[in-house]
Amino acid sequence: MSGGHTHALHVHGHSLIHRLPPETKVAAHLAFVVAVVLTPRSQVWAFAVHALLLLGVVSLSEVPFGFFVRRLGVEIPFVLFAVFLPFLGGGPEVTVGGLELSREGLWGAWNILAKATLGVGASVMLVATTEVPELLRGLDRLKVPTVITAIAGFMVRYLDVIAGELRRMRTAMAARGYQPQWIGQIRGLAHAGGALFIRSYERGERVHQAMLARGYGGRMPDLGTVRARKTEWVLAGVVPLSAWVVAMIAVAA
Amino acid sequence: MSALSVRDVRFSYPGGGEVLCGLDLSVERGERVAVLGPNGAGKTTLMLHLIGILTAGAGHIEVAGTRLEDGTVREIRRRVGLVFQDPDDQLFMPTVEQDVAFGPANFGVAGDELAARVHRALDQVGAGHLAGSAPHHLSGGERRRVSLATVLAMEPEILVLDEPTSGLDPAGRRELAGVLASLDVTMIMVTHDLPFALELCPRSVVVNGGRVVADGTTRDVLLDRALMTANRLELPMGFDPTRIELP
Repeated sequence: MSGGHTHALHVHGHSLIHRLPPETKVAAHLAFVVAVVLTPRSQVWAFAVHALLLLGVVSLSEVPFGFFVRRLGVEIPFVLFAVFLPFLGGGPEVTVGGLELSREGLWGAWNILAKATLGVGASVMLVATTEVPELLRGLDRLKVPTVITAIAGFMVRYLDVIAGELRRMRTAMAARGYQPQWIGQIRGLAHAGGALFIRSYERGERVHQAMLARGYGGRMPDLGTVRARKTEWVLAGVVPLSAWVVAMIAVAA
Repeated sequence: MSALSVRDVRFSYPGGGEVLCGLDLSVERGERVAVLGPNGAGKTTLMLHLIGILTAGAGHIEVAGTRLEDGTVREIRRRVGLVFQDPDDQLFMPTVEQDVAFGPANFGVAGDELAARVHRALDQVGAGHLAGSAPHHLSGGERRRVSLATVLAMEPEILVLDEPTSGLDPAGRRELAGVLASLDVTMIMVTHDLPFALELCPRSVVVNGGRVVADGTTRDVLLDRALMTANRLELPMGFDPTRIELP
């Protein structure tokens, strides 16, 4: 595939992980995340094994470790409240560095932090090694309803176009002296939002016409893509399968 | 039998006045016709009628003898390919390759034949190397040529182009002219770019007020001052149609 490597979450490469068919990666990702979620929080060793498996994928994929860690940062707003759990949780308390912390709260925070980090890490690796069109193709082959993948595809395709329209509108407003600084000037922005909605709606109509013109009859056509081979499924299955074995041992313990 | 025959077609948008007021047009197989006229003359409305996106309130349209009606609209869309003015409307799939495959796949082309068609169409417009690219990463000229390829892949009998040169830089415009000149297909082109019309289309029709007000060789139309003025058509400063060598 040439071009189209400019997505911020993607790292261009030709590693084994990059080359795996997208449907195997999507399925492996899902299976891994479910295994992580099923692992009981008290089995700390199991999370260490999950983390090692994930790090193994990172090193195989040739995605720079720094990039991986930076991308993990997206989880921060979501796990922030986990920090408060040890202070707010009830039940027996332990003293750590002079602070009285709830034992239950600490376990709760650990549970959220560990599972979210592993889940986000797996997602970062999925999108870092799979281009968006490929990802959509993978979802298609996994029999995700076409209407969902088509909507996702249109969103990706037109996000830039609509963002471009918004940028031009803001430039045009700024060029005529518009500087929204206080709440009274929000009116202009609201108008721009409305105009953007109408423009996007009209764009949608024109795109639909263009689709009809090329014989669209309500269903996206099957573009006859090659399916993954058995060996590729096996390769992609190694990590999630190991994670499942670990999770099951942890549950049994 | 004409490749295309438009007979007394009338159309109004809901709540608006009549946009097409009894428009007649015949195009023979292999002809290249420019459709000229001022803004709001009904040119784009006419193009949307040719593939049944808009339906005439009166009159009828025939493509190589097949009348455009509910039962034949799919067949007509297979045979008439419309390239929209804005490539961002035309290119909606995640990759160029998928976009070019969209049309033929809708009409049941699959497998190796589909791949071959995509390959051929992209080669025709000199965009074979862009197959895997995302449309929003292409330049304006590339987008325009790929838009053309999405329609060529359907192997239409009639190619309809709405403002093909709008937004192109001079080199992109010249490249597009080269591609279009190399195609052996009946062509109808709406354009404000009169030198482009002269270069590619031996025949021009002028549409104004929803009907055809002039029909002749492009050179004659461009040299008819009264006609040009009456229809808000103007040649670029210093452009003299008599001094252009036509093929």
